[in-house]
Amino acid sequence: MKRLTPYLLILPGGLWLVIFLVVPMVFMASVSLQEGDSLNGFVQTFNVGIYGDVLSQYRTQFLRSAEYGLIGTLISIALAYPMAYWIAFKGGERKSTYLLLVLLPFFVSFVLRTVSWKFLLADDGMVLGPLKSAGLLPEDFHVLQTTAAVIGGLVYNYLPFMILPIYVALERVDPRVIEAAQDLYAARRQAFTRIVLPLSLPGVFAGVLMTFVPMTADYVNASILGGPDNTMIGNIIQVEYLTNGDYPTAAALSFALMAAMLIGIFAYARALGTENVLEAAAR
Amino acid sequence: MSAQTIAETNARPVARGRSRLGDRLLKGYVWLVLAWLFVPIAVMVVFGFNDTRSKSNVTWQGFTLKWWGRLDEYPQMIEAVVSSLQVAALVTLITTAIGTLLGLALGRYRFRGQGATNLVMFAAIASPEIVMGASLLSLFISAGVKTGFVTVVIAHVLFSLSFVAITVRARVVGLDRSIEEAARDLGASTWVTFWRVTFPMILPGVVSGALLAFALSIDDFVITQFTNGALQTFPLWIFGATRNGVPPQVNIVGTLIFAVGVAIAVVNSVTARRRT
Repeated sequence: MKRLTPYLLILPGGLWLVIFLVVPMVFMASVSLQEGDSLNGFVQTFNVGIYGDVLSQYRTQFLRSAEYGLIGTLISIALAYPMAYWIAFKGGERKSTYLLLVLLPFFVSFVLRTVSWKFLLADDGMVLGPLKSAGLLPEDFHVLQTTAAVIGGLVYNYLPFMILPIYVALERVDPRVIEAAQDLYAARRQAFTRIVLPLSLPGVFAGVLMTFVPMTADYVNASILGGPDNTMIGNIIQVEYLTNGDYPTAAALSFALMAAMLIGIFAYARALGTENVLEAAAR
Repeated sequence: MSAQTIAETNARPVARGRSRLGDRLLKGYVWLVLAWLFVPIAVMVVFGFNDTRSKSNVTWQGFTLKWWGRLDEYPQMIEAVVSSLQVAALVTLITTAIGTLLGLALGRYRFRGQGATNLVMFAAIASPEIVMGASLLSLFISAGVKTGFVTVVIAHVLFSLSFVAITVRARVVGLDRSIEEAARDLGASTWVTFWRVTFPMILPGVVSGALLAFALSIDDFVITQFTNGALQTFPLWIFGATRNGVPPQVNIVGTLIFAVGVAIAVVNSVTARRRT
């Protein structure tokens, strides 16, 4: 009985994960290898060639998504690190208040926040309108429907996922280690680059995982803030699945996206030590 | 990643010998980023009081409270909000129950298949939402399941489960087991020990997990869009409304949800601080 306890405990949750996460992936792979249309039904034909077709047809969107995800992640690191650093080392007794402030925006639906940005940045909206009528900006200047707007939206929406893991890693750095470095005549810059920075890297790696993946697969920012030239792979999957009803194409695209992500994640995790990434991500 | 993390934060002595000016600049920077994070929320709150006449609520026309009395002008929006709350409530209940069990097993026992369980949970967190949504829809289509309320709940439990399990596990790992042993030495059965000793001790983790599940569910857009069928949730309704202008009533409902969320978070973090 005692040996069975852990298995009984994981049974409901484990079954849920297997039936609704693992099994659907198999079904998605199977759907991608079907042919037909929504009127006449789909037949399993094991048409493996579809992967080559969709990858070449939507190459641009795949590459663009990776590019947006990469740029967005790098900007997030640059924005989040100093912030996490200050909260961890200088936040004093107010640390948890600052963290709460970082998390509070999550209480507003992210669709609503993104829509808010759309209004703020509209061509004649609150920000651009007055600047244009004052003659500070040319009449045809616009922010919406540009790459900058989409990447800005991505960074805005996922920044807290970069701040928190970096903060957790920095918070664990024992200040006595830094003092020891200073006692041994390390300059402040040296104490940072040789002690604090390396100790905080697991947090940065976890943050990269938690922002790069959702940013690359995002389609909400591109569809609210972007234009026709900002279509990401998520937009294609969404339209093919939910509007066009072309299930095989959509399934093949999602499967390719997931495979690319998984290979990337595991290569990344192996390079850094799986344990570290898993543990840091779990925080 | 949760209220847990915040609650566990404690003030440590500050490293000495830092430049004052640099600190001030950095502090200013922190507030600047925080302000940026709050800009669209401020816009949302303020424009719920905008005396706008046209359908597009983008320029300030003066202060009014009239929209608060006209929430019923969009019955479908109210319906969507109610659906969101129903989904979130049920998801919180299911996820907290089975996620707590999962967290207990992972935090307390060493067993075969533990690595595999961790891996699947990690996959549930790391997989892009769109992939989970698309694959669930593939399953539902292949199995001939009609999508709607039930499929949305299934999907929401799926993506919030790992977060709850991890939050509870963190609490379980930190427990002092000698207290439970003492209870058992005093003749308490396994069942009594669990409910009278273990459960009260892991309760803060369970509560944080439940709040997290509720927040994740009520805000979800991507997976919901793939599994909703005819069901409209609040985020989906807003997304649909963006094309012809979002009415001020949306801002008001958003403001109300925000206010309730903030109140709960503040109460939770204050009581968490008192407990520790």
